[in-house]
Amino acid sequence: MNDSTALALRRLSHVYVGDKGASLAVEGIDLAVAKGEFVSLVGPSGCGKTTLLSLLAGLFPPTTGEVWLGGERVFGPSPKVGYMLQQDYLFPWRTIRDNAAVGLEIQGTKSKETMKKVDGWLEELGLGGSGYRYPHELSGGMRQRVALARTLVTEPEVLLLDEPFSALDLHIKMQLEELVVETLGKLGKTAVLVTHDLSEAAAMSDRVIVLGRNPGHIRKEIAIPEPIRSTDPIEARKLPGFQTLFEELWAELDAVDEGKGGESHA
Amino acid sequence: MRNPEQQAAGEPESERAEVSGAQEERAALMDDLYAKHKRNARRTSALAFATQVSLLVAFIVLWEAAGRNKWIDPLLFSFPSKLLDQLWTTMMDGSLWPHVGATVMETIVGFLLGTLTGTVLAAILWWFPFLSRVFDPYLVVLNSMPKVALGPIFIVGLGPGFASIVAITLMVTVIITTINIYNRFREIDSGYVKVVRLFGASRLQLFRLVILPGSFPVIIATLKVNVGLAWVGVIVGEFLVAKIGLGYQIIYGFQVFNFTLVLSSLVVIGVVATVMYQLVAWLEKRLTEGWRER
Repeated sequence: MNDSTALALRRLSHVYVGDKGASLAVEGIDLAVAKGEFVSLVGPSGCGKTTLLSLLAGLFPPTTGEVWLGGERVFGPSPKVGYMLQQDYLFPWRTIRDNAAVGLEIQGTKSKETMKKVDGWLEELGLGGSGYRYPHELSGGMRQRVALARTLVTEPEVLLLDEPFSALDLHIKMQLEELVVETLGKLGKTAVLVTHDLSEAAAMSDRVIVLGRNPGHIRKEIAIPEPIRSTDPIEARKLPGFQTLFEELWAELDAVDEGKGGESHA
Repeated sequence: MRNPEQQAAGEPESERAEVSGAQEERAALMDDLYAKHKRNARRTSALAFATQVSLLVAFIVLWEAAGRNKWIDPLLFSFPSKLLDQLWTTMMDGSLWPHVGATVMETIVGFLLGTLTGTVLAAILWWFPFLSRVFDPYLVVLNSMPKVALGPIFIVGLGPGFASIVAITLMVTVIITTINIYNRFREIDSGYVKVVRLFGASRLQLFRLVILPGSFPVIIATLKVNVGLAWVGVIVGEFLVAKIGLGYQIIYGFQVFNFTLVLSSLVVIGVVATVMYQLVAWLEKRLTEGWRER
């Protein structure tokens, strides 16, 4: 591992063990993400995307293999990693401000100063003036922005995004994609995005990784060419090369379905 | 994004006048519809209230008539004016109040203690999943057992008085409280748990920040149920101890065949129980203001 690597998975396999037996979720994953890089994981359901993200976050240890974050092995959740879930999961009994500060509270760094930072982030993400309202008073898009603020205030180096836009309307979703890419780019943060949406993956990322299933494995890596890569997501979708790229990804996913991943799947 | 007002501002004068004319008409129509709806709603609630009052009055009048004319046995069923007379006399000479005081005290202490203990037990079960695995069948059995049947044991153990009545009440309320609250603890959406675990929360932080506040509405709802259950525990306890209290008055009235005393005690219990329930309902409203479940 060299200095420019933010995240790495080494020969990683994971088996879920439950009452119904053991199932192999992912096998033989090798992946390195450079500092400041935006990588997307796409693939059919059941290919272990969310498993990989949970392993990166240190929610549970892999059955075999290693997870590396910067120069250290991951053995549990780290303040260096931020995670955004598919739903906002804002606590209904906390105000927006207190929701955004929950990470600070847990890490014991909540103070007048850091609360100023919370307000700053809310302002930055277009939520100024909503700090003392409650989640049920906000729209879905606003709530997901609060969740983003909650993730960013603890200043993680790496962001893991688990389909954070999938529950939103198309319009709001594209606005948020834009906001996330812009914000992360400005801060130079590393990000790994899990998504079902191929055009989202193509528009936001520097690199897209297509996963196959039974068990989950890396099928193909596609580097996003310039200028799509450096163009913001809404504009990138209008560029001439975008459709070709989308079709390339589409063909890869189709191949997953027709190929050995085609057998019946629980 | 343009909003309708801005769009309207861009249109010529004449069109705007027309639109605003139509708008006034529409506003008038909507106000009218709303007023009608409110009138209807008011009429329905007035009618419901009038019916409730008439039913009560009819019941009391009928009872009075039936008692005085011996359609029913007045020795057994008494009648309202006799009840009122009994209540009035005991209120005036002060002999009612110690009974009310004792019973209310036992009920409040019993149900607060029951709810508190139940919550603490639920927290312990949540903290040690192995314990909950072990105790699950015992809780089920204890819950289906008539807890008041343990009354005699408490009376011998704790002496015939306040302590054993509170203990009986505690037994009646604590098991169901533990089960309800523990179930709620476990039902908290795993997404919320994931959020705090990703920030590296300890188990105590998880409990304090997510599990407990997330269960608040259920805890308050349990408080409401426990008001009713506590009355059962207290009245049965007073039956058994038979020293003081509204339950004692009932058992005494029964033994000396004074059913006016029995029924008047029931009326007092009804009034006090309603007041307590309303207090808890008010508390619930105060405590859960501001946020609601999605």
